[in-house]
Amino acid sequence: MSASPPTAAVGFEYAPAPESRSIVDLRPSYGLFIDGEFVDGHGPSFKSISPATEEVLSEVCAADASDVDAAVKAARRAYNRTWSRLPPAERGKYLFRIARIIQERSRELAVLESLDNGKPIRESRDVDVPLMAAHFFYYAGWADKLSYAGYGPDPKPLGVAAQIIPWNFPLLMLAWKIAPALAAGNTVVLKPAETTPLTALLFGEICQQADLPPGVVNIITGAGDTGRALVEHPDVDKIAFTGSTDVGRQIAISAAGTRKKLTLELGGKAANIIFDDAPIDQAVEGIVNGIFFNQGHVCCAGSRLLVQESVVDEVISSLRRRLKTLRVGDPLDKNTDVGAINSAEQLARIRELSDIGEAEGAVRWSPPCDLPDRGFWFPPTIFTEVSQAHRIARDEIFGPVLSVLTFRTPDEAVTKANNTPYGLSAGIWSDKGSRILAIASRLRAGVVWANTFNRFDPTSPFGGYKESGYGREGGRHGLAAYLAGVEEA
Amino acid sequence: MSSRLNVRKTYKLYIGGKFPRSESGRSYVVTDAKGSFLANASRASRKDARDAVVAARAAFSGWAGATAYNRGQVLYRVAEVMEGRADQFAAEVAAGEGLRPSQARTVVAAAIDRWVWYAGWTDKLAQVLGGTNPVAGPYFDFSIPEPTGVVAVLAPQDSSLLGLVSVLAPAVAGGNVVVAVSSQRRPLPAITLAEAFATCDLPGGVVNLLTGSAAEIGPWLAEHGDVNAIDLTGTLGASDGDEAADIDLARDLEAKAAGTLKRVRRPPLSGMQVGSPDWAAEPGLSRMTAFLETKTVWHPIGV
Repeated sequence: MSASPPTAAVGFEYAPAPESRSIVDLRPSYGLFIDGEFVDGHGPSFKSISPATEEVLSEVCAADASDVDAAVKAARRAYNRTWSRLPPAERGKYLFRIARIIQERSRELAVLESLDNGKPIRESRDVDVPLMAAHFFYYAGWADKLSYAGYGPDPKPLGVAAQIIPWNFPLLMLAWKIAPALAAGNTVVLKPAETTPLTALLFGEICQQADLPPGVVNIITGAGDTGRALVEHPDVDKIAFTGSTDVGRQIAISAAGTRKKLTLELGGKAANIIFDDAPIDQAVEGIVNGIFFNQGHVCCAGSRLLVQESVVDEVISSLRRRLKTLRVGDPLDKNTDVGAINSAEQLARIRELSDIGEAEGAVRWSPPCDLPDRGFWFPPTIFTEVSQAHRIARDEIFGPVLSVLTFRTPDEAVTKANNTPYGLSAGIWSDKGSRILAIASRLRAGVVWANTFNRFDPTSPFGGYKESGYGREGGRHGLAAYLAGVEEA
Repeated sequence: MSSRLNVRKTYKLYIGGKFPRSESGRSYVVTDAKGSFLANASRASRKDARDAVVAARAAFSGWAGATAYNRGQVLYRVAEVMEGRADQFAAEVAAGEGLRPSQARTVVAAAIDRWVWYAGWTDKLAQVLGGTNPVAGPYFDFSIPEPTGVVAVLAPQDSSLLGLVSVLAPAVAGGNVVVAVSSQRRPLPAITLAEAFATCDLPGGVVNLLTGSAAEIGPWLAEHGDVNAIDLTGTLGASDGDEAADIDLARDLEAKAAGTLKRVRRPPLSGMQVGSPDWAAEPGLSRMTAFLETKTVWHPIGV
């Protein structure tokens, strides 16, 4: 990051404390991970860059239809010949082994994640990678206990799962997809996002290191065309997608009339509701964590702040003071709070929606903040005077941009919170337990955080209502997505 | 023998707890299994479907917010009221499905018992499907099932009472509200069932029953922005025995439902598994879980 810290009155001086990247041994180019080997793909190659510096990290291949077919065939072979014949306890032991290797290589995974994605090393090191390992540990234990999961005496896997994950949490989303699929006895073909393919390929190496039978996990890189070929492949039994609501809709249309089981984890526009009896200092930390964690590239981000009118001035002034202390810059610096925007394309979208917010009459504010000259950056931003009709109150921005609205009564808070086609998450801040439970039960959202925000755990089911998708990931519920004859709940 | 002129029953729609005719003014002839005239039934239109969705949405918060105990009581009451009309149901099922009287009585008994079965589920779902999650941190974290919302149901074409009950009861047991399209050729038990609903304690709008064509009304429900889920069971047999047309209809409705990412319960004709379900078998959980959401709530633990 730039050497000079933010020029805020309350800012602290820190010397840069960059994590060394020497632990990561990047190859100049990568193939596709199919049938246990890295092989050359047949599509064009593309560059994966660091969003913080725009330097080229490596070249990867856009898998074409023949590559997709090879990956699905490898997964089918592995399903028929090895994985479905393995005693479940042995299946579980592979997952335990993978979890251990993730822990052993955690620093390498975290550094590469921050390099390729742009997220602060503090988050990849303390959140993404530990949760990834925890997910493999959790589902490892389920592999030989499926008959106790409440899905009948002898639940069966589906077969080959096609899994497409986004760029905001590349490793964590990989774990959310692969761990339950394998535990339930499926084999997988996973496509990481176009802009963050590298850690998934590193996971291919981990599969090799774990001696996972070839074809059980296949990783193919590419963009939308590759994803389309994968979900439309006739020999796929299951589609699991995390990403935008628009793409989720297209996938649901393409799966119509097939036997493919589908789970979708899509966009959100979560309300974070601050009641006047909330502990304001804690709430402000929660607001910051809700929208500036991972640069706001979070589907469940608390992007709509609903503040009770009587405390709005206090909340906004505390929030502004807190934002002045956020350090934006080098993702590998251990002091960094907010890293780089993942891509030029995403930065353009954030800028466009923010400009629309101003044009529609909302009031924009960012702390003084030196942004690096190269790379993709956007300062933490708050909009006040936002109405429900404004685009910034309706559209998912997927960036470090908070829209502040107000309410007077609990009923009004609930009505406004639910006034969205999305329904992924919500937050409630109040000191009154009965109020928290009453509001939580009226919010049409899959995850409700009370006096906290953006907490995740492998035992805790996560997923949306309404147009935020269907199916749950995590917990006992997460198994349902990968078992035959089980409807989601 | 002195003859008395029968008072014939007019079969109408059931929307919001009332029995309106179709706003389109249309009706169609219902015959028995041998082709003899039974009655005229209302042929529901797009407008009727939309009115039914409005009525269902208005009933949602009350029904979803009722205690599970109360919902169970109401569902059991449906069984009680049906029991009193068992002969009427048996006559309609026998005529429409071409069953012998004893067969029809067996079907009606199974339909009544199905309400009893689901009545007992309402206050057990949260314990069976939900629970606390042992997260690695100082948080109390729990997951509970909640209803999806407005569920559009295309009821089975063949099993006009037991099949209908088997698709309605699981949706409402979980707290959803329903807009159902009955069997097109055998709609009479559906309207008699509506009369049972109207005289038990089921709040108006919780179940709305339309008679008419699933192929005609289905697309409007599949596309409707205020419908949260759709059960496509009734696409099987919706096209007068043309199985390819049934499959096309199911695919089309599923694709339309994707527009607002509705939860879709596919008909038993996707892929290779074609054929009517065994409605007499114990249902299992899947028709309830298909229309339930899991909500997870986190709360810090601390002093």
